[in-house]
Amino acid sequence: MSAIPAENTNKVFPELQDIEPGERPPIQRRVRQRLTSRGATAAAVIIAVIWTIPTFGLFVSSFRPEDNIKGNGWWNVFTDWQFTLANYEDVLAPGGSQSPNLGSYFVNSLAIVIPGTIFTLVIGAMAAYMFAWGKFRGKDGLFIFVFALQIVPLQMALIPLLQLFTQVLKIGDMQLFPSGTYAQLWVAHTIFGLPLAIFLLHNFIAEIPGEVIEAARVDGAGHSTIFWRIIIPLATPALASFGIFQFLWLWNDLLVALVFSGGGADVAPITQRLAELQGSRGGEWQRLTAGAFVSILIPLAVFFGLQRYFVRGLLAGGLKG
Amino acid sequence: MEDIAEKGLQVVVALAIFAAIIGVIMLIVDRAPKSAREKVQIAGFLAPALVLLAVGLVYPALQTTYLSFTNAAGEFIGLDNFVWMFTQPEALITLRNTVIWVVLVPLLASSIGLAYAVFIDKARGEKALKALVFMPMAISFVGAGVIWRFVYAYKGEEADQIGLVNQILVWFGQTPKQFLLDAPENTFFLIAVMIWIQTGFAMVVLSAAIKGIPTEIVEAARLDGASAWQQFRNVTIPTIRGSLIVVVTTITIGTLKVFDIVRTMTAGQYETSVVANEMYTQAFRAGEPGRGAALALVLFLMVLPVVVYNARLLRQQKEIR
Repeated sequence: MSAIPAENTNKVFPELQDIEPGERPPIQRRVRQRLTSRGATAAAVIIAVIWTIPTFGLFVSSFRPEDNIKGNGWWNVFTDWQFTLANYEDVLAPGGSQSPNLGSYFVNSLAIVIPGTIFTLVIGAMAAYMFAWGKFRGKDGLFIFVFALQIVPLQMALIPLLQLFTQVLKIGDMQLFPSGTYAQLWVAHTIFGLPLAIFLLHNFIAEIPGEVIEAARVDGAGHSTIFWRIIIPLATPALASFGIFQFLWLWNDLLVALVFSGGGADVAPITQRLAELQGSRGGEWQRLTAGAFVSILIPLAVFFGLQRYFVRGLLAGGLKG
Repeated sequence: MEDIAEKGLQVVVALAIFAAIIGVIMLIVDRAPKSAREKVQIAGFLAPALVLLAVGLVYPALQTTYLSFTNAAGEFIGLDNFVWMFTQPEALITLRNTVIWVVLVPLLASSIGLAYAVFIDKARGEKALKALVFMPMAISFVGAGVIWRFVYAYKGEEADQIGLVNQILVWFGQTPKQFLLDAPENTFFLIAVMIWIQTGFAMVVLSAAIKGIPTEIVEAARLDGASAWQQFRNVTIPTIRGSLIVVVTTITIGTLKVFDIVRTMTAGQYETSVVANEMYTQAFRAGEPGRGAALALVLFLMVLPVVVYNARLLRQQKEIR
């Protein structure tokens, strides 16, 4: 039993469906209801404004000339409007190690995140399928164990995993996952994403009707056929939801990048560069504002473009837990 | 351009290798002799995930546990690292801060999220209001760090303020303040950032739960003349209790592991460090892997009860099914 039946998840944004629940209350009650809801709406708008202003201020500032950003507050744009794209040109353009070079780091982020997400999804879905529909002894115990691995904080794994990569996983002198490439990041991200991936995908895959799978089995289909022909297509919504999460999580990661990337412009992701800039040039607001916006561009696009999947994923994760 | 092509090639090669590995597994699984096919299939599907988790998470976690009883030279020193943690003033501050974080963030983020979800329920423009508060969820902690450092930015009394909060102080005739430098209140200003991020999560999950409450129950309460507060107290809260617990525990776990915000905004200086940040500092900056490991272990022990609680809920749900 989950707190919300599955059919209710599409009510998250009910205005999409325009459902008028229940019958119309009598006029008197309707008036009272409207009054209370007016106060509530006002409170909500205040919270919404407080929540939005920090991001808005940063956004406005990123288009102001350097002297203005450092000279007075961004709210002055309403009286003194000066617009420039120079900050963005500055942070994106390739240059020496002194310039932010964010374009290059942006590409790194994509190169880390895309394989990292795909690996986790495929390996996680395979395991989730077996945990949901395979028959073997100790299944429940093993599943709870994998679920429980979610709590092992990344921090517990970092030191030994780094040692494994550099000292143990070698063929002769060649590291299997060489330092200073994306490989270590891909593997680390995949490992850290798996417990949650298996858990969430399992919940979804377990609810696929058993008759569908039985029918395929009677027709002589093996696990691999069932998995690729039936499970994957039917689990697409869950895969999409978790995929978006994993994508955002990897894009926004800092800790794993700090430990495994080495920090150079050929591997490190944009978050790491932005953190560096904050440390070394904390006062260069013209670069930090534009840089921060470049780094949150993709997450915001994903968020606004795929909000429905995003919310659905959140609910699956949150409510089944 | 050359740079992008080369990085793209790395990604394509990695994806190809991955596809080949999965392909080989599927081939083996399908060709296994009939007598052992079921076992081979189960093993083939589970192996990639289990091997990765064993090598990349279980073994490192055990190794870290061992490391926590050793010093920088790798010699066994018993409980010294833990004695250090619970006696040294700076380590005690770290623990104290973590406790403050873990009390305030889940409490405030869940409360504000719940209030907001109730306020906007059935309000006009619900979707837009939701998106505004939810948006910080998509922003990286590093990005949020830049956004809020800008909000807290400080300029001397004689200059124009560029940070919003200081400007507000000035408007009210106060002197501007170094929000991130003055202990102990600076910890609270960092906590505000985490609340800003997590409230959206709480709001979305709880809002969906509220929409899942059957209309008959709400109607019945209304017909009985329950006031808005009574409805909230006696109908809404008990019905969404499950979701509420999930929200609080999820935020608690996230807060215990918080790293990026502290790392990018103060790097743990000025008495703002928390366990996860101190772990990174000790293990990867100060050359004290033993102390880092001990902190990671303590982090794990703090998360443990929360997850055990979650896991037991999961078990109960399975039994009901």
